[in-house]
Amino acid sequence: MEDVLVIGGGNAALCAAISAAQLGARVLLLECAPKDFRGGNSRHTRNIRCMHDAPVDVLTDAYPESEYFEDLLRVTGGDTDEQLARLTIRSSSDVRAWMAAQGAHFQPALSGTLQLSRTNAFFLGGGKALMNAYYRAAERLGVRIIYEADVRKLEMSDGRFVAASYAQNAAMHRVEARVLVAAAGGFESNLRWLREAWGPAADNFLVRGTPYNMGWVLRELIDGGAQMIGDPTQCHAIAIDARSPKFDGGIVTRLDSITLGIVVNKHGQRFYDEGEDLWPKRYAIWGRLIAQQPDQIAYSIVDAKAQGKFMPSVFPPIVADSIAELAAKLDLDPEALAQTVHEYNAAVRPGTYDHKILDDCATSGIAPPKSHWARALDAAPFWGYPLRPGITFTYLGVKVNEHAQVLMQDDKPSPNVFAAGEIMAGNILRKGYLGGIGLTIGTAFGRIAGVGAARNVMA
Amino acid sequence: MSWLEPSFAAEGERIMTICNACRYCEGYCAVFPAMEKRTEFGPADLGYLANLCHNCGACLPACQYAPPHEFGVNVPQTLSQIRIASYQLPRRKTVLMLGIASAGLLLLVLLANTAWTTLFARHAGGAFYDVISHDEMVRLFLFAGAWALIGMGLVFATRYGAIRGVARADYGAIRRGWSDALRLVNLGGGGEGCIEEHERPAQVRRIYHHLVFYGFLSCFLATIIAAFYDNVLGWRAPYPFASLPVIFGTLGGIALLVGCAGLFSLLRERDAALSDKGERARSMMLLAFLFATAATGLLLLVFRGTAAMGILLILHLAIVFGLFVTLPYGKFMHGFFRLAALVRFATEQGD
Repeated sequence: MEDVLVIGGGNAALCAAISAAQLGARVLLLECAPKDFRGGNSRHTRNIRCMHDAPVDVLTDAYPESEYFEDLLRVTGGDTDEQLARLTIRSSSDVRAWMAAQGAHFQPALSGTLQLSRTNAFFLGGGKALMNAYYRAAERLGVRIIYEADVRKLEMSDGRFVAASYAQNAAMHRVEARVLVAAAGGFESNLRWLREAWGPAADNFLVRGTPYNMGWVLRELIDGGAQMIGDPTQCHAIAIDARSPKFDGGIVTRLDSITLGIVVNKHGQRFYDEGEDLWPKRYAIWGRLIAQQPDQIAYSIVDAKAQGKFMPSVFPPIVADSIAELAAKLDLDPEALAQTVHEYNAAVRPGTYDHKILDDCATSGIAPPKSHWARALDAAPFWGYPLRPGITFTYLGVKVNEHAQVLMQDDKPSPNVFAAGEIMAGNILRKGYLGGIGLTIGTAFGRIAGVGAARNVMA
Repeated sequence: MSWLEPSFAAEGERIMTICNACRYCEGYCAVFPAMEKRTEFGPADLGYLANLCHNCGACLPACQYAPPHEFGVNVPQTLSQIRIASYQLPRRKTVLMLGIASAGLLLLVLLANTAWTTLFARHAGGAFYDVISHDEMVRLFLFAGAWALIGMGLVFATRYGAIRGVARADYGAIRRGWSDALRLVNLGGGGEGCIEEHERPAQVRRIYHHLVFYGFLSCFLATIIAAFYDNVLGWRAPYPFASLPVIFGTLGGIALLVGCAGLFSLLRERDAALSDKGERARSMMLLAFLFATAATGLLLLVFRGTAAMGILLILHLAIVFGLFVTLPYGKFMHGFFRLAALVRFATEQGD
């Protein structure tokens, strides 16, 4: 029998395993991915959002708790658990020292993300480098790690965890443990589950991260009597290049050209205000917007004026010397697209263009409008990028208390089941997103769960 | 025909395009900030970036797109392939044969021209010139030195043009380039260390490289001082243990022994995916020659008062000769390309 069983292999799971092992618990960690793809979605992350009251190491200026919490209220529309949210935010103030002690290295904000230099500490080499450091730390502490261990079943009795069964090499294995830390992520890789929530549209979604977040552990916990939290039909999705792989395309598939031109659907028609707000504040709504368009596809179109003004993308643009030619290359109706561009160009009002601020370049007399950065598409060559919704994560989770204990249907905490990371992030974030807060939640609750699990075993 | 094979050019461009859209590795070394200043990656850009890369390896385990991911991004190995191609060196076997043949030939000639009674006699105070005459030694190493210098100059001048920048380097950029090179600031995974066996970062590679480089410099300095003593001041070798040539030579020799052995064993154990096979083989060839030079030099110092001095002297001279003859055609050239790339980097970043 194990002391502590950690299910999952991303940030929250490693933080829990390390914290429990540091207190002397015998820890077994089951990671569903093979070693090369370990780390869940954390391998695609790059920073952690941290509160601080003065400039400190890699963070500029100050980001006090009050502002952090207000930011969270803004993106979630106030739908959060204040106690757990403040606990998470406060724990982020000294988290970097703990992370560094486990081998993490930090660097100032990456170029192209300077708007995050105040709020987010970036990992040298990104999230996979951080995960590598955590795995080394866990191994040093004697944590036993089994890869390609796909947990399919949890045995629970009256809210108490008894054993887990996992598939490995086509055989099932059963493992008993005194305490469970569930840190196995959401269900965004489970296409069947997504279809239940989204219907056939889900078939056209791309998954930005790991193909291993199947949600088995989440479902087993819910079936075992854990309280659900978060909308089971919602996911965080952004617009990514439609040519991206089905899974694991990560950061490079995002496209930052939307505010610089127009976006049309498969009928060649615009469907949303591309210049509604600054891109960092709006990029996260475009996944849902495209998901609602026919065939879940859209096209970002810019002209020569925009070229070189946005982060380079991994797939080359589709280039044409005229709108009609571009339409043909994108498989759009040339007349419809020409008509859309003509109407848009005619609606553009003169203004002083400045992409860094909400400028006064707007359209008038068309619907939807383009409120900022509206400039006529008239300078060849024209570039087009096909876009699809790319899912980042799902919001459905299990309810926990401030000790990371999973709350059961009777509102009582399970005596030996803890949860950390995406599987419980819905306690704090049920819609919207705040860059880098996923790592903050995972680290805070991973550490709390690990310490709680170890104390539970020692008691 | 371009110096870069189309398949390497295409792979380099493909990978740099992915990196430029990601940028997570920006903090590791100069390669990534230099890349971010570009949107196109032709052979000239790739050659420059490849020579900025010190092959610390940190960006491979950190890469979310590393094999077996379908994007298959391997920056250290791809840049290693492009870097070694940018030197346009003769085939490895040819260089190895050249080194062995020139050392072997000199060994035979010197042995044949030295009477056995002289060779195995004990010479008072280790008088080298009793075995090989002063003039012969000067002629021999004027030739080897000129060969190495002219060869290195020609190789560098004819190759570097393909990857040089257009901006003129000012004094500040040159100073920073030299400083970056001499401190090996880019050989340390952004402070985390180089990737060694089992993907564990460590600083040992940088330390060993410093030992090799400064050890070599120290030995070179010892030779210059000795030549000055001999030809200007008229003080004939051998010099006492407390003299500058012996002190610099001994310290440098020991540093070379440790550094070469260390780098050699790191290379042997290192994950093959981190670099090009050919570059690794050339590195090991140079390390072996430097090790042999240092080892025979130190043995000569220790046993210069014994009957073994003659044979050790001839062996040492032959190995130094082989090293000099092959310097322009092997891994030794990387230093010049690296320095030039670092000066260019400092120039570009200063803009």
